[in-house]
Amino acid sequence: MSAVLPLPLTDAEPLRFTALRTRVEGLGRDELLWLSGYSAGLALAGAVHAALPQATEPAAAARTAASLTIVYSSQTGNARKVGERLLAEAQSAGVAARLVRIDAYSLKELAAESLLWVAISTQGDGDPPDDARAFFDALAGRRAPKLAQLSYAVFGLGDSSYPHFCAAARKLDERLAELGATRLVARGEADLDFDVPAQRFGSDALSKTRERLESESPTSLPSASVTVLRPLVAAAPAAPTTFAAQLIGNQRITARGARKDVRHLEFAVDAAVAWQPGDAVALKPRNAAALVDAVLVATGADGDATVDDNGRPVALRRLLAESRELTRLAKPLVAAHAARANHAELAQLLASKEPQAFSRFVGEHQFIDLVTRWPAAWTAADLAQQLRPLATRSYSIASSKSGHDGELHLTVALRDDVHYGERRQGAASRQLADLGEDAAVEFELVANPRFRLPVDGQRDILMIGPGTGVAPFRSFVAERAARGDRGRNWLVFGEQHFDTQFLYQLEWQAALKTGALSRLDLAFSRDQDERVYVQHRLLQRAAEVYAWLESGAAVYVCGDASRMAPDVHRALLQIVERQRGVDAEGAAEYLAELTATGRYQRDVY
Amino acid sequence: MSVPALSHVEDIKSASRGLRGTLVESLADPVTGALAEDDQSLIKFHGSYQQDDRDLRDERRRAKLEPAYSFMIRTRLPGGVATPRQWLALDELATRYANGTLRLTTRQAFQLHGVVKRNLKSTIAAMNRVLVDTIAACGDVNRNVMATVVPARSPVEDEVLDWARKLSEHLLPKTRAYHEIWLDGERIEGVDESETFYGPTYLPRKFKAAVALPPFNDVDVFAQDLGFIAVVEQGRLVGFNLTVGGGMGSTHGEAATYPRLADVLGFHGPEHLLAVAEAVVTTQRDFGDRTNRKHARLKYTIADRGVEWFRGEVERRAGVTLAPARPFEFHSNADRLGWIEGSGGRWHLGLRVLSGRIADRDGVDLRSALAAVAREHDGDFRLTPNQNLLISGIPSERRERISAILREHGVATPELLSPLRQRALACVALPTCPLAMAEAERYLPELIGKVEDLLAKHALIGQPIHLRVSGCPNGCSRPHLAEIALIGKAPGRYNLYLGGDAQGRVLNRLYRENIAEPGILAELDAAFARYAAEREAGEGFGVFVRRVGIVAGLPNLDIRVETLP
Repeated sequence: MSAVLPLPLTDAEPLRFTALRTRVEGLGRDELLWLSGYSAGLALAGAVHAALPQATEPAAAARTAASLTIVYSSQTGNARKVGERLLAEAQSAGVAARLVRIDAYSLKELAAESLLWVAISTQGDGDPPDDARAFFDALAGRRAPKLAQLSYAVFGLGDSSYPHFCAAARKLDERLAELGATRLVARGEADLDFDVPAQRFGSDALSKTRERLESESPTSLPSASVTVLRPLVAAAPAAPTTFAAQLIGNQRITARGARKDVRHLEFAVDAAVAWQPGDAVALKPRNAAALVDAVLVATGADGDATVDDNGRPVALRRLLAESRELTRLAKPLVAAHAARANHAELAQLLASKEPQAFSRFVGEHQFIDLVTRWPAAWTAADLAQQLRPLATRSYSIASSKSGHDGELHLTVALRDDVHYGERRQGAASRQLADLGEDAAVEFELVANPRFRLPVDGQRDILMIGPGTGVAPFRSFVAERAARGDRGRNWLVFGEQHFDTQFLYQLEWQAALKTGALSRLDLAFSRDQDERVYVQHRLLQRAAEVYAWLESGAAVYVCGDASRMAPDVHRALLQIVERQRGVDAEGAAEYLAELTATGRYQRDVY
Repeated sequence: MSVPALSHVEDIKSASRGLRGTLVESLADPVTGALAEDDQSLIKFHGSYQQDDRDLRDERRRAKLEPAYSFMIRTRLPGGVATPRQWLALDELATRYANGTLRLTTRQAFQLHGVVKRNLKSTIAAMNRVLVDTIAACGDVNRNVMATVVPARSPVEDEVLDWARKLSEHLLPKTRAYHEIWLDGERIEGVDESETFYGPTYLPRKFKAAVALPPFNDVDVFAQDLGFIAVVEQGRLVGFNLTVGGGMGSTHGEAATYPRLADVLGFHGPEHLLAVAEAVVTTQRDFGDRTNRKHARLKYTIADRGVEWFRGEVERRAGVTLAPARPFEFHSNADRLGWIEGSGGRWHLGLRVLSGRIADRDGVDLRSALAAVAREHDGDFRLTPNQNLLISGIPSERRERISAILREHGVATPELLSPLRQRALACVALPTCPLAMAEAERYLPELIGKVEDLLAKHALIGQPIHLRVSGCPNGCSRPHLAEIALIGKAPGRYNLYLGGDAQGRVLNRLYRENIAEPGILAELDAAFARYAAEREAGEGFGVFVRRVGIVAGLPNLDIRVETLP
């Protein structure tokens, strides 16, 4: 047996190979070695179809009718985590189950499925994650199968400060019912902190699933027989995921006069902390003591009162500082306050049919604004119960470990406005901006396997990153320069003003000189009468964008999910349509294929 | 024998395809607010300098941002005449694209500051729409031609202005680059692009010309490369005394560089003015030093080769024999301010514009006031060589209305200002001028206040003393002609010069080197004390410091009372 096996590829299978390549791109040496052993084991067990779900034959026949499929669709990895947890719970309860990423799950499989759980997050303007686009399109179509045989449960993840909270989950839930499937349990929804709701959903869904299974085969439950599959990247050798970082630089990188204060933060971290370009770090913020005091005064709640925090008694003051969201509003909280304040203005806002009205409101208000502008009393217990758990804040890493001497850099826009004469700051950005020299902070490394440089150094990349969305691309460009990659790097950046908000201008100029950056297109929206955004630049360069795509370039989009990412997506569709001479459907297929093969990746929030 | 290499700017000029260079590409490059390096030299010929806000350099570098590049745009405005329509257009551009101010230069032109690259073309195009161009306002060519501003407009003064305009037109570069780049190639019929007398590399260095009408020397004719002193006999312009080789610029610590007063070459009739001017320009074109830009002005060509040689060249080239100079007398190089009655029932109002800055600031809304005046005014505006403004040709019955507008906007009546404040000049300097070593415009108001205090202390507040401040030794405020001059050495430090006069006839001399404000004030305090005690009747401060030897070794001057029209 030779050491290097020829790949069993036939002409009929280029797509499968591409899919395989995509999936292994971005994996490190250790991961690839692990994978080789893993897949060899699977091959010997005759279970290779399960390892690479996209290459799977319709699996229904191969599995017993009474097994559970858990499908996840994730943008930031939280839905995947929920999926993994649900899988573990099902299996530990003796339910045969498998976990599949949604872009590896076909309608054909769905048509034959009897038990399905879905964990899915919602992006930006109520959209599903990128990996679910094709599935959603197919499911919405006239050719969608009748699903009378299916029992299902949907769990949604979202952020209730967005207007279309958990909309992707809702759409999926409703569509499955429309197609004749039976709901096992009511849709679960999680807002930022998904632990508790996911647990509740898991146990409800599990008991209903067991009922279903017992009714079908009352004698015995099938035992777990399918190998537990974790997404490939999760199998990476354990690097520290939580680590201390020491601040070594805190530099404002917008000029005076700029409306935004954007900081370039530099941290020294232990050499063992391993990240890849595209990864992020999460920070657990702490609310400012002054803000906590102000909330206590305004609500009349007793800061020393003991309240319940997930079964743990804690003083309200401490709870508000450490584990409740004060700087981000969500609809249930506004509703709860409106009920107390009994104010027409709030009632009107909540009743508004215009989705932008509420998102504008939460963009401009914090809880303290709510309670000072429309005063109403709150009890300590109610506050503890109604305020959302304090979520971590994630920031894309702006440095390359090899290209920036092992330093970890972040690009952080400070949320710092004045409303009603009071200064309103973001919890985490304030904390980061206020860090003194040498201050230490604890980060959690958030791997982003869906946002990876091509392994192939010859491949061109097109990076679209306006605002602080440019952060990972600073890492990308430095990484590729350090690796000596020969592929061209094209960056499209945008902000409001050239003079004051051209983030990392000197670095990009230098990169253009050295060739580390091949091309830089800029859209400064407010420097002329008409607004110009990154998508307009793409459309202006349509022929070149398409030529890059056709020559194999990978496209990356990072930044705002509510407007920028859909606008860029539409621009790309339009470019493909015109340049390729296809209709809208053809363009959508083209981009879907790019997505499926990992050549269209997005990190949007 | 090795031939010295030409200066780099010569290479840039000769490779520029008629001053085009890569300006179009530079303007289109969105990644930087700057131009490509060579284009930074070429754009001067189009009337603009690339600058940056030096106050912000460090801060922006740390923020990973390039310097705050912007452009100064200077107009070509022979004799400093602007119509109300032109004034309003420039005012609007200043607000829309520049830093909200207009600056009147010491060469009777407008400057806009702080125009960013992406707005440069729109701004220049808009200026041209009201017939104000910027061609050759900077660069190695003849710059804006100055002319004496006489408040009481007379036919002779109009003739002088007319000659300034003709001279300016005659010495314009012929390249169409300007129209192509800024005006989208609007062709002007019958324009031949070959540079018939400049040649492909233009002049070795900047070139400055003025026409003076005695007894007024507001243009400081002896500071010019080329000057024409009008000779008027029986109310008729009979010709000009030709002056050549003046210049202010020098470099600190380089003795081979120096300010120089122009020589009076002789007299010629008005019909020869253009031929004589062209002969002076072509002689400098052919003999000026193109290897060393610090030795390239006409003054060095003449100093090195001799006045007689130069006269011969000019006479031969112009085909004109210069007659001996006719007598002339200058009474002052300052401006008369306030209300002045002209002919035909029209009035003129001279306004003091400190450092030439037309702005709305510190409770004085000068910019708004002048815009309001321009909307109603049917005369002209005249920019004076002393950075002042003459609102010209006001009908008698409109006087009160104009006064009221100014009063409402907090603009001071110039008569209330001390003579020192009426006369002081400062160049722009920091933060935008790349050459500045110290503050000038921003320091002047504070300095004047302190010097006024000293004058008051010695009961000299009514003395018409000429004070000029320059941020570097290049001398845009013509400091070497002032009775008191400060020339920047480093932030907060200046060389103090004393001994000029009130007529612009002589150069002052370095008195104290590299001193800070306390030293400057102490020296002036001491000199003022002696001046108060020992001056003779009518004796100006500059004449006095020479006579009593405060500055030693300078020839005495006659005591000439400064008189203003």
